Amino acid sequence: MKKVYGSPKEALDGLLFDGMTIAAGGFGLCGIPELLIAAIRDAGTKNLVVASNNAGVDDFGLGVLLQTRQVKKMISSYVGENAEFMRQYLSGELELEFNPQGTLAERMRAGGAGIPGFYTKTGVGTVIAEGKEHKEFDGQMYILEKGIIADLSIVKAWKADPSGNLVFRKTARNFNPPAATCGKICVAEVEEIVPLGSLDPDHIHLPGIYVHRIVQGEHEKRIEQRTVRKRA
Amino acid sequence: MAWDRNQMAARAARELQDGWYVNLGIGIPTLVSNYIPDGITVTLQSENGMLGMGAFPYEGEEDPDLINAGKQTITELPQTAFFDSAQSFAMIRGGKIAMAILGAMEVSENGDLANWMIPGKLVKGMGGAMDLVAGVGRVVVVMDHTNKAGESKVLKACTLPLTGKGVVDRIITNLGVFDVVPGGLKLIECADGVTEAELRAATEATIVN
Repeated sequence: MKKVYGSPKEALDGLLFDGMTIAAGGFGLCGIPELLIAAIRDAGTKNLVVASNNAGVDDFGLGVLLQTRQVKKMISSYVGENAEFMRQYLSGELELEFNPQGTLAERMRAGGAGIPGFYTKTGVGTVIAEGKEHKEFDGQMYILEKGIIADLSIVKAWKADPSGNLVFRKTARNFNPPAATCGKICVAEVEEIVPLGSLDPDHIHLPGIYVHRIVQGEHEKRIEQRTVRKRA
Repeated sequence: MAWDRNQMAARAARELQDGWYVNLGIGIPTLVSNYIPDGITVTLQSENGMLGMGAFPYEGEEDPDLINAGKQTITELPQTAFFDSAQSFAMIRGGKIAMAILGAMEVSENGDLANWMIPGKLVKGMGGAMDLVAGVGRVVVVMDHTNKAGESKVLKACTLPLTGKGVVDRIITNLGVFDVVPGGLKLIECADGVTEAELRAATEATIVN
């Protein structure tokens, strides 16, 4: 079965529908599936529920899907870098479910691993715990959190081979592996597709079983906070 | 007189112990890395998926694939390891991180911490803070003692939505240092040039000693 597609549009062909849930990799603007996000914008799919740690900035990353009002609800841990997000949320146009960052990552991991729920002490005694099952283990209180299974996962990797094995680069790995595993279908965009056999099997970060479609493209890789030091 | 941001960071750095894995929050806690005492090796964790965080890069050497949890460009070290977000929070929740040093909007005498939202005004999100305070071995808060109106942020009870309940071990402010103990806060030390009477007067929380 062929996993390599010629363009982000082709890689998403037949997968998008209004009201769907999408899990997206990335942290801030680092390691985001920027080409697939742009293709979803062009496709005009509406009422999306998007699980992603962040919501991009106004004109890049998931922020472009907010500009076009394609997102109905975000499931995120931190959205502080996006003024349009804040405006839509405070005016009631956009739903927001805050998840602690580790809870969001584990919800994706669990969803992809066949674990429908897990107990965590993160958020006990806060608004996050309201309405959730509480259970004590060895004298410590925990809350039940549910796994996320998305209709589609969109992720960004550094390299792929044609079988879908992925290698990430530095901190651009972040949410991409857990997001990839929790989708019924996963589409990965990569900087380079290398020949079969050229990746060391011991160095694969995410095995191709989780990855159904791959597309190669040019990435802008925008830096959100450029911090430097002076040479001595 | 009181401690400035850098002096607070330097004081917080004295909490570090050799061999510890530590997570530093955004703001003043980030400055703590500039004051790690000689002879002590600590490994900094960045919750976006990195152990062994290095300094900012030289100009022209920024790498968009290498950032910290504050989204700032950084560098790696010889001992650096990268991993995904699920693994990152597994080590946080699993108690492998010895200490987190975090900022705060409010802290209470029973160790409650509020640092993630002001209802109706500031809706940014908790990021990894709730996981950190629930999971790490020791939580140290570094914050200004009072707000812009001069009111104590070291309270009997927090007024803002909590990040964690009963999670703070030590509070370092521009005016002094407290530990959270049964019954309230224990005064540990006053900042340079701050008298004990001034520190007590500026603190709403119960001080037990």
